[in-house]
Amino acid sequence: MATKNDNFSSLANIRKKRIRLAATVFLLPTFLLIAVYFIYPVIDTFVISTYKWNGISADRTFVGIQNWVTLLHDKLFWSAFGRNVIIMVFSIILQIPLGLFLATFLEQGGKKYNFLKVIWFLPYLMSSVAIAFLFTYALATNGGIFSSLASLFAGKKVTVDLLGRSPHALFTVIGVMAWQYTPFYMVYFLAGYGNIDPAVYEAAILDGATRRQYTRYIAIPLLGPIFKTACTMSLIGSLKYFDLIWNMTQGGPVNSTELMATYMYKLSFQQFNMGYGSCVAAGMFILITVIALLFQKVFVVKEDY
Amino acid sequence: MRDKKAKQAKGPKKTSVAWTIAIILALFWMILTLVPFVFMILNSFRKQFDMLQQGVFHLPDPWYFKNYTDVISNGFFGYFLRSIIVVAVSLVLMLIISAFAAYPLSRMNFKFRELIYAGVVAMMSVPMHVTLIPIFKLTTDLGMYDSLKALIGPYVAFALPMSIFVLVAFMKTIPRELEEAAEIDGCNRFRNFFTIILPLSKPGLATLAIYNGVAMWNEFAFANTLIQSPSKKTLPLALGQFKGEHALDIPIILSVLTLSVLPMIILFIVFQDKLVKGMMAGAVKG
Repeated sequence: MATKNDNFSSLANIRKKRIRLAATVFLLPTFLLIAVYFIYPVIDTFVISTYKWNGISADRTFVGIQNWVTLLHDKLFWSAFGRNVIIMVFSIILQIPLGLFLATFLEQGGKKYNFLKVIWFLPYLMSSVAIAFLFTYALATNGGIFSSLASLFAGKKVTVDLLGRSPHALFTVIGVMAWQYTPFYMVYFLAGYGNIDPAVYEAAILDGATRRQYTRYIAIPLLGPIFKTACTMSLIGSLKYFDLIWNMTQGGPVNSTELMATYMYKLSFQQFNMGYGSCVAAGMFILITVIALLFQKVFVVKEDY
Repeated sequence: MRDKKAKQAKGPKKTSVAWTIAIILALFWMILTLVPFVFMILNSFRKQFDMLQQGVFHLPDPWYFKNYTDVISNGFFGYFLRSIIVVAVSLVLMLIISAFAAYPLSRMNFKFRELIYAGVVAMMSVPMHVTLIPIFKLTTDLGMYDSLKALIGPYVAFALPMSIFVLVAFMKTIPRELEEAAEIDGCNRFRNFFTIILPLSKPGLATLAIYNGVAMWNEFAFANTLIQSPSKKTLPLALGQFKGEHALDIPIILSVLTLSVLPMIILFIVFQDKLVKGMMAGAVKG
């Protein structure tokens, strides 16, 4: 008996070992890539943030927490962060409801509105760089869309300067972002609708609900978890926003569209102040993580009530 | 499919006020979406100074195709080709590696599995800008700065967490019996993976390829940081390059924009259902 048991457990052990070996082999490339491109860079960013370094020369001077003290008092950084928060709020209140509306419209309208789905999705296929260039010209004071339309209606030459002046520029950028990202949330919510079990719809209709009642009282509430993910994505995305601003305004005019990422990029790759640039990057990482975690927590509490 | 038909037959009353407002809003958003594209395409067929004289929404007079021929003869296909190479290599590697990782994470029982999975998924929220300086440093140290090779590592790595997340959800739906039967027949895990799991994961891999292909095709920040010479630049950098060379010739830049977005639009029209399905796979778990 005893030997039989031993054999059995040793067989199980061998099986376990085999599984562990197989799992390790399968996961090895992923481990390597994550170590090289995530873990090491994040740690190194924090390490470099304690140095004064131009990014090129071999010698760098250890300055301790000096960069971090500077960062805490850096008005440019905190106002950039403030703009990130403004963008975050407007992204969530513009893109997500609009995306939900478009998806609901397609869901209700049926196949014959499929052409709208294709058209609405077009902006998301363009790179941020291309959108930035396109809108730089489309919003130009000379030969831009708005200026041309305004001139047409006014009957004389009118210039509409949406990107050149300080308070407008940020909101113009927010508008362009809504143009770019609403399609993404549309497809996301569309996928959410598609994931609802058809049996739910059948049951609702059998119980005498109309199509609109089904959407309003059953389907949209069922999108709850997806809604939360969409908000989280929008939140993280807005806090690390870069490509569009960099190619459209470079943070200008007079820093009025400067964000954390563009500030960090300028410091590091234009002024070659990589020590402080790393510090800004690390600060950005901390702020994004804290905000994302807070958001998750608040949302979970809300759901519990 | 039957359910879908039933759904559509019972659509809302199209005459109601709410629906009318919805249609107006929908058309409004359609116009808002299309106007910049119309602006881009119309003006890309104009001569440099015709844009202001003719008005931006007039049909070009005459249609001026030289912008396109100029752009193409000025090395546009080089940028295009390099983008295709980088995206193709990165995508193939990324799909193999993520399928490799998703297999044990979805279908094997071993210690720390949940922890490893959570760790991989957590990487999704690491902003790439935090990694930019060290990756720049690493690339320079390895002597890969200013070469296409430098882009492949970051492109693969940053697409991995989300792809693994989606593939784990996907592979969990493959019935376990298939594998067990093969195991009794003497197949080991590696053969199982290549003969059973990988072929059955094709739909999931296809959607991931489209989704990440678009992202890699459009990637800017890494390319801008790790590539310097014009002869190595990818398509998103071509825009800046052409702008630098033709600063005041707006129509020629608009023709570059049109050419660079065209392949994506064609791909989307061909594969649009796959894309929505791919997002579904990501949306299931929320």
